Amino acid sequence: MSRQPPIDYIKRTRAQYEALGYPAYDWVQNTENPEFAPLKKPVEASTLAVIASGGIYREGQIAFHYKDDLSFREISIDTPRSALRATHFAYDLAPARQDPNVVFPLAPLKRLVKEGVLGRLATTAYTFMGGIYSARKVSQMLAPALADRLQANQIDLALLVPA
Amino acid sequence: MGLIAREIESRGIPTLCMSSAYSITEAVRPPRAVFLDFPLGHTAGRPEAAEEQREIMAMTLSQFAAATEPGSIVRLPFDWSERDDWKDAVMQVSGSGDAATTEDFRIDRFEVPQYQFEKDAQLADPVCPSCVFLSELEPR
Repeated sequence: MSRQPPIDYIKRTRAQYEALGYPAYDWVQNTENPEFAPLKKPVEASTLAVIASGGIYREGQIAFHYKDDLSFREISIDTPRSALRATHFAYDLAPARQDPNVVFPLAPLKRLVKEGVLGRLATTAYTFMGGIYSARKVSQMLAPALADRLQANQIDLALLVPA
Repeated sequence: MGLIAREIESRGIPTLCMSSAYSITEAVRPPRAVFLDFPLGHTAGRPEAAEEQREIMAMTLSQFAAATEPGSIVRLPFDWSERDDWKDAVMQVSGSGDAATTEDFRIDRFEVPQYQFEKDAQLADPVCPSCVFLSELEPR
């Protein structure tokens, strides 16, 4: 068995952009520690909201577009799996289209609620596109809008699932 | 995701980021993160692997209470395959390293909705109250 370290996607993206003649992407680099909120109650008594960036939408909703899409979708956690869709420009969609749980893990989370590991799942999950070029727009527009929703719905914990 | 986690956390709501891209997560430094060393597109597990998905999610949730250091990234104990050579081919520049022979992985960035199925376009509610569009004209 030969194990390799995690893929350095920043390095590989840089190399690829350079080889293709694109200007280098300026990755976000935070040096200061993030704020750290203490848990108010144990996980088994908490309400958890899922936020996923794999471009998931529900049949009947407007799909995402691929150019700096800052919009998000509210998806009921009771949406049947067959009504969930995946659209994205930056990752292989085949697994997510076969089983959305790989980037939008509602089924395993519901099981853990049943088992008493997690208190409950927020009735609404939030999805967006990811791959938004402007970190400023994410920080100043999308992030506060999502945080507002969680606060308004008295969410205890947030799980963020990129693709 | 890390930027969003940081904002939510600043409102007093604990967050946990899943990740399959260690370097990106390390650079953004979200408050709490778990790392699953799977190819992109499998952040929460393999398709139709319900038991493994449950295990991954149970370990992930346990990090809400276990993480005590802001910015910590905990590696989940799952391997994609017996060998790690799937990593060799991911986003590699071709031998000669020039644009003519390097495959352009970037696909066109359309500004119109990209539906999985054609019929989704017809079924889409043009009003869509559950679709939230943010406008730059209304800075927050």
